[in-house]
Amino acid sequence: MTRFLGGISRRDWMLMLAVLTTFLAAPWFANDYLLTVLILILYYAYTGQAWNIMMGFAGQLSLGHALYVGLGAYATAALYVHFGIGPWAGLPAAILIAMACGAVIGFLAFRFGVAGVYFAILTIAFAEFARIGFDHFRWVGGSAGFFLPVANYAESDLLNLRGKPVMFYYVMLGLTVAAFILCHLLLKSRIGYCWQAIREDEEAARALGVNTFRYKMYAVVISAGMTSVAGMFYAFFYNNLFPEQVFSIGRSIEIILGPIIGGVGTLFGPIVGAFVLTALAEGLSDVMLVLGVEVPGVKQVFYGICLLLVVVLLPNGIWPPLAKALGLDRNPDDKRGV
Amino acid sequence: MPAEIYLNVAVSGLLTGLVYGLMALGLSVIFGVVRVVNFAHGEMMTIAMYIAVFLFAAFKLDPLLMLVPISIALFALGYAMQAGLINPFINRPEHSQFILLVAVAIIMVNVLLIVYGPDAKNVQTSYSFDSFQIGLLIVDATKAYAGAAAIAVALALFAFFRFSRIGKAIRACADNYTGALVIGLDVKRLYALTFGIGAACVGAAGSIMVLLVDVTPPLGPAYTLLAFVIVIVGGLGSMPGALLGGVLIGLTEALAGLFFTPSAKSMFAFGILVLVLLFRPQGIVGKKQT
Amino acid sequence: MAALLQVEGLSKSFSGLRAAQDVSFAVAEGGIVALIGPNGAGKTTCFNLIAGVYKPDSGVVRLGGERVDGRRPDQICRAGIGRTFQLVKPFAGMSVLDNVVVGALNACRTVREARSHAEKVLKILGLADKRRQPAASLTLPERKRLEVARALATKPRILLLDEVMAGLTPTEIDRMVELLKELNAKQGLTILLIEHVMRAVMALSLRVIVMHHGVVISAGTPDEVTRDPVVIECYLGEEAL
Repeated sequence: MTRFLGGISRRDWMLMLAVLTTFLAAPWFANDYLLTVLILILYYAYTGQAWNIMMGFAGQLSLGHALYVGLGAYATAALYVHFGIGPWAGLPAAILIAMACGAVIGFLAFRFGVAGVYFAILTIAFAEFARIGFDHFRWVGGSAGFFLPVANYAESDLLNLRGKPVMFYYVMLGLTVAAFILCHLLLKSRIGYCWQAIREDEEAARALGVNTFRYKMYAVVISAGMTSVAGMFYAFFYNNLFPEQVFSIGRSIEIILGPIIGGVGTLFGPIVGAFVLTALAEGLSDVMLVLGVEVPGVKQVFYGICLLLVVVLLPNGIWPPLAKALGLDRNPDDKRGV
Repeated sequence: MPAEIYLNVAVSGLLTGLVYGLMALGLSVIFGVVRVVNFAHGEMMTIAMYIAVFLFAAFKLDPLLMLVPISIALFALGYAMQAGLINPFINRPEHSQFILLVAVAIIMVNVLLIVYGPDAKNVQTSYSFDSFQIGLLIVDATKAYAGAAAIAVALALFAFFRFSRIGKAIRACADNYTGALVIGLDVKRLYALTFGIGAACVGAAGSIMVLLVDVTPPLGPAYTLLAFVIVIVGGLGSMPGALLGGVLIGLTEALAGLFFTPSAKSMFAFGILVLVLLFRPQGIVGKKQT
Repeated sequence: MAALLQVEGLSKSFSGLRAAQDVSFAVAEGGIVALIGPNGAGKTTCFNLIAGVYKPDSGVVRLGGERVDGRRPDQICRAGIGRTFQLVKPFAGMSVLDNVVVGALNACRTVREARSHAEKVLKILGLADKRRQPAASLTLPERKRLEVARALATKPRILLLDEVMAGLTPTEIDRMVELLKELNAKQGLTILLIEHVMRAVMALSLRVIVMHHGVVISAGTPDEVTRDPVVIECYLGEEAL
């Protein structure tokens, strides 16, 4: 697997700058529809990156990440609708709630030795629990849905996240870049080393003085908090929340598709995966539209097939072999022996 | 509420639970032997249910009569899956296997969605509205037959593993993989057989279940999760445990639906799951894994 | 010399099988002690008890006079006991240097300090030129050296080496012995090692402890122990001394 530790070469810098510039300039060339697709890509890149912290860095498989998106969404939405507190102001509360939830799941799992598949099932159960719970949660609309007041779209109100798609695009871009930087910094820090050690061999990590419980908790809590920010975005972008949609297991699976297809544990994997997947899916939708085929479920079958192909043929995801082909994973004195 | 209602609801839950148990039995067998977590389990059951619906709609064939053919069809599906797709994955990391089956599950659910659409389908047999009366108990005919069929299939399965040569070979595989290889068992073939048997179980459960509930594609993932909850609660790798877990969950669901709202019933199942994972991870009947 | 590691009355049973029974011994500060015995004698169990992987059923483990039994493995590492594993456990996907950095982080406050300390340790173990390679690409002898490097990087007061010579050629064994002798002489590193390779045991140890069926049956200098009739009997038919 490609590691992104240590210094970044000039070549990598140039490439990243080029990509960033393209993304920054995109709104000038894209119509609203394309912009929405790009927003979707960035959204999945962001959530995938956040999920990647738990799985790719700390080795804990979460299949219920929609829980944190939902918590972030409902928390910020409720504060806005009921108390007039803007999304950014309400965000700290949302992050804290998501982190607390993550901490509970992490504590239950790690203190009691729930690992691997059992941990995955535990995360699914919690997400389902939230889904059913929020269905009955009248204060935020219950199963009938929770709605944010749709405002005047001619204006861009960054503080309240009301505005045109362009504004949302830059917000999501900013968040994704921030996530990327955060993950890079984490990987290079003590936390990053401990996480990778735990992921590779937990027992050996312990024998070297790593408090595995604490670091696994960090992974869960940080991942949860990061994901909840995407929830805030989701709530204010779509302006309606239904527990059946927000907490559904389908959403949790969508979150993991990007990183798995792109490459779990790598920095660029989630972004590449989100890009490839969404681009292909939208392409498929367009083809179907042209053909006049309007069948629900085709997109998901496509996702399933992509996932299957990647897992069978490219177990490390698309990014590592791609990076190798582009010559991006080489360090000056690096010798690949495997 | 009069006591009969509790009793009736409990019995109804118990009978449904037996069918759940049969479904979970298949999962337990697969995990106990092949050590692969079949995340497509509920989806396979849904496929069986749709087959039953189709056969009934097209040829008026009773699902209970079709139990054996449907089980055979699912056996073939399971065998093919293990032999073609999963066997190469045996030595890959756990989460790889898991994701593989998640992918299969996604494909299955959505193909069903494409073919049959999101509307609920069901089977109305001649006895769909009959019931038996035993003293204070009023039992639906469908539930009674369902429970009986589930028990019959489960017994057949127990007998197979206990007394048949292949059954014993499979158990040997489960107990000791290397040992089985050493004495010359074709482990890969036995794995495929086991997955097939687990799938057949699920096929049987599906043919039975179609009498009790309406089928929609999203039932697949819901049943997968339910099967896992049951198997974990009952004890992973334990066949009686799966049945016991199924009955327990069926009971809790029914009673929870009575005391609270019907939609809250799964919350109780999850509550039990969390408790079991924390305090008795080997399940009620399971053995502690070293 | 004062005892750095003291083990008293250590016992552990697994489902009725007594893996270790009333084991007592001491390792002097700056000493090298070998723990030998036939397979299944309970040597690795003792290591695991000292390192905190298992909780002893009874008995006490003291490091520098302070009780450490019952603590978690990572706490015991922080207290100053470093250990290697019989079946090496490299962090396969990480580079050789990063493997050692993980250990170094136990003793250093910043990542930068840890990296420079790790580089030094790699140099001592002769793995410096492989530092950027993934650990998975190392040969077995190299992996064994990596295992030692990692544990060494934690700046332990005592290093527990579990069959670190197994699978090495005589040249590699000699090299490892020289290395351990140097670490002991120059840095005063206390070493407790489990070994089957008698050549290494005789060359390294000041004291030898012999275990059999979970019990200590003999202790003394290498010469004393190899002449002890009890030891000879238990080894009869096994590897020649």
